[in-house]
Amino acid sequence: MMSMAPANTVVCAKDLGLTFQTADGPVTALTGVNLNVEKGDFVSFIGPSGCGKTTFLRVIADLEKPTSGTITVNGLTPEEARKRRAYGYVFQAAALYPWRTIEKNIALPLEIMGYSKAEQQARIAKTLDLVNLTGFGKKYPWQLSGGMQQRASIARALAFDADLLLMDEPFGALDEIVRDHLNEQLLKLWDATQKTICFVTHSIPEAVYLSTKIVVMSPRPGRVTDVIDSPLPRERPLGIRETPEFLEIAHRVREGLRAGHSYEEHA
Amino acid sequence: MGEASILRDRLLPIGTVVLALLALWYVFVVVLNAPFERDTAARAGTTISFAELLPKTMAQERPVLPAPHQVFAELWDTTVNKAITSKRSLVYHAWVTLSATLMGFGMGAVLGILLAIAIVHNRAMDRSLMPWVIASQTIPILAIAPMIIVVLNAVGISGLMPKALISTYLSFFPIVVGMVKGLRSPEQIQLDLMHTYNASATQTFWKLRWPSSMPYLFTSLKVAIAISLVGAIVGELPTGAVAGLGARLLAGSYYGQTVQIWAALFMAAAVAALLVIVVGFAHTLVLKRMGARA
Repeated sequence: MMSMAPANTVVCAKDLGLTFQTADGPVTALTGVNLNVEKGDFVSFIGPSGCGKTTFLRVIADLEKPTSGTITVNGLTPEEARKRRAYGYVFQAAALYPWRTIEKNIALPLEIMGYSKAEQQARIAKTLDLVNLTGFGKKYPWQLSGGMQQRASIARALAFDADLLLMDEPFGALDEIVRDHLNEQLLKLWDATQKTICFVTHSIPEAVYLSTKIVVMSPRPGRVTDVIDSPLPRERPLGIRETPEFLEIAHRVREGLRAGHSYEEHA
Repeated sequence: MGEASILRDRLLPIGTVVLALLALWYVFVVVLNAPFERDTAARAGTTISFAELLPKTMAQERPVLPAPHQVFAELWDTTVNKAITSKRSLVYHAWVTLSATLMGFGMGAVLGILLAIAIVHNRAMDRSLMPWVIASQTIPILAIAPMIIVVLNAVGISGLMPKALISTYLSFFPIVVGMVKGLRSPEQIQLDLMHTYNASATQTFWKLRWPSSMPYLFTSLKVAIAISLVGAIVGELPTGAVAGLGARLLAGSYYGQTVQIWAALFMAAAVAALLVIVVGFAHTLVLKRMGARA
């Protein structure tokens, strides 16, 4: 009904805006966002705090309602898409339920969506393997490290058949060594599952290393200042971060972020 | 190592406090019961030395304050030396009160949980019900208990039920308050997660709100079961009940049997402690099954 976008466009935002009504008056979180996410894309949203990157992700997920403009997810409204379980969401914190074991946490969406016991077991085994947590299914969340907990939460988001993965700074709280390792794993996972990924981050190397498309955003009001299509190949060893191509894109992202910040000197 | 630390960490401090309290108790026994002995001596026209007075203060038949050993002798006599079916057995009376307590506690727990569920899921309920729940507890139970008994008697309900209802009246309150807080304890991120799965309110309740509320539930159950016992005892007072710890207290006060009153009080305290321990045990068991850190 709302599918004006081409068939392989997953997310299509047109002149999207969102204004929160707060006690201190209205706050514009997003304004004039135009963006297409194509099937199979890995899109990173990068920008300083308050630039609306998380808000945009939450709009896609129907966790926030836009106040102007239109947005479609798989050609549907975000609410319809959510009701069809179109996406898996990975939050900043792992948000595992502490009274459930890791495999029971992965089973949570499957139980809600009515998968059979046998199907649940099969999917738990498959996704645990995808995030390299085989053998940890019977552990409780507190028995795992922060990085393992976040991998478990990714497994939970992969367990059901959503083609879109929304990730809100999933590795933000982890140290750089663990983060590098998880970035590498995430790329392999993206390649293996052919999912479309929207990824919020505030790390330039992370955004450049992971993405096929980088969306640079700036705050007050939250808006898109640059969209960079990455020329890097899908196959990316960690060493690619030393190449001139990589550094050139990183430079452009940095410039975009600096342009967005320039008004602050006058504020 | 384990036993030594139990001795040092638990028995030693508790034992010290108990001994101090017993010593203080004996001091008060002498102070409070001495005037009676002096009066008796004065009436007989003699004087009494402190050395003569001391043992007498601890062996009166109806002392102002019975000595600990008198109370424990009475407790021993009415629990171990009497058949538990006897009307003179404290175990029999404790059981009468306990059955009303458990029934009232059960009803109070169910009522409290149901009210909390309604309050958490319905804004109108939240606004309209909570003030009444709080108002209900501002009425002194001693004032309302006789009314409940009389009214229920008039409609033909007597025996265990009226006492249990007074227990319910007291015990549902901490459960409502605790469970409202418990069912609202999930973090926003956990609720958002359920939203992304398009989970129904029922699924969110059973898979998130209910398990999240368990620590709150057991904390309020511990409070509730202790005041359930108070409710059952209070319920026995205005009825002229023939059995139960409350009846025992009432009979004791009619006939000036202070030793009997104190024995009943200790029995009530023991029952309350036992009930709280049982709930605490259930708490530990449930948390362990929910994967809590050992």
